Amino acid sequence: MIYLELFYTFFTIGLFTFGGGYAMLPMIQQKVVEHNWLTMEELVDFVAISESTPGPFAINIATYVGTETGGVPGALCATLGVVLPSFIVILIVAKFYLKFKNSKAVSGVMYGLRSAVVGLMAAALFGMLATVFFHNVDVSWANMLRPEFLCSAVIFAVMTVLALKKLSPIIIIGISAAAGILCGYIFL
Amino acid sequence: MTFAERLKQSLKLLLIFLKIGAFTFGGGYAMIPIIEYELTEKRKLITKEEISDIVAIAESTPGPIAINSATFVGFRTCGVLGSAFATLGVVLPSFVLISLIAFFLPRIMDYRVVQYAFFGIRAGVLALIVKAVISFWKRAEHNAFSWVVMICAFLWSAILDWSAIALIALCGLAGFVFCLIQRKRGAMK
Repeated sequence: MIYLELFYTFFTIGLFTFGGGYAMLPMIQQKVVEHNWLTMEELVDFVAISESTPGPFAINIATYVGTETGGVPGALCATLGVVLPSFIVILIVAKFYLKFKNSKAVSGVMYGLRSAVVGLMAAALFGMLATVFFHNVDVSWANMLRPEFLCSAVIFAVMTVLALKKLSPIIIIGISAAAGILCGYIFL
Repeated sequence: MTFAERLKQSLKLLLIFLKIGAFTFGGGYAMIPIIEYELTEKRKLITKEEISDIVAIAESTPGPIAINSATFVGFRTCGVLGSAFATLGVVLPSFVLISLIAFFLPRIMDYRVVQYAFFGIRAGVLALIVKAVISFWKRAEHNAFSWVVMICAFLWSAILDWSAIALIALCGLAGFVFCLIQRKRGAMK
């Protein structure tokens, strides 16, 4: 049943993501794309939509995937699923939080997780680069000469520089959209 | 506190977190200063020390930072009822707005100009993710152990395409064991 599956999938995503926001991408990519609920391109599009609307990414993506696959009840199940693990864990932790804060076991686990999340996010980025740069063609040297690849690569390079200069994400998305429209009508 | 007082306090939390959910762009971390302003400076419901504890705890528990903070603040101010209302508040604005967007988005995607805009946006989003990877990398440790974990995590997911959940469990365990050994040797407190 789709509702249970949405709930269960987002519950596991919520339970195994540490760090919030973009740290969620690898897990979402693996689970959501695997279920064919979204394509990789739709996922990347949605990151942009989430950045340009208020609210946390996790809630936004759960609501969106839920609505797309099961309407409003689907959205409810997915959102409840992603919220519930945090809610339960925090209620437990809030009771014993001084103990938790000073726990050597917790700091040891987090020591490993902080590095794991970096590797996982880099892997998610790697997969997305292939999809976005090569659209619907094979990853190859020859295809790097296609106008789609060249336009994407230039926009990506410029935006990376701007993003590292701490320009706000919404402005980056705005400029990329304008550049995309310009490239689209001139080269594609 | 009587139940009536708790309910009143919880409804107040609901309104505060509705506002936070509706007006913060950029998710979890962007919410922390706003939570601090609304709950510490304006209403004195929690202390400054608790705010920094919230960040530390939200980071070392699973799930989105925004939900973790809302639940934690709600619980500290008025128990389980408070945490339920605060969490509902932070979720509701996103839920309503995204449901509407999910309805309209497929309809505008047919326009060529929108398709081209998203063509550009996709490349821009990748740049935002690069920035996120770098900032997570900066917050992680930089020694032989953490580099091995990072590289293994990357290969595990990008090349072997194995389960991210299994990886998280393994790396948590590895970190725990590593810190235990380091402490035994006296290299770490």
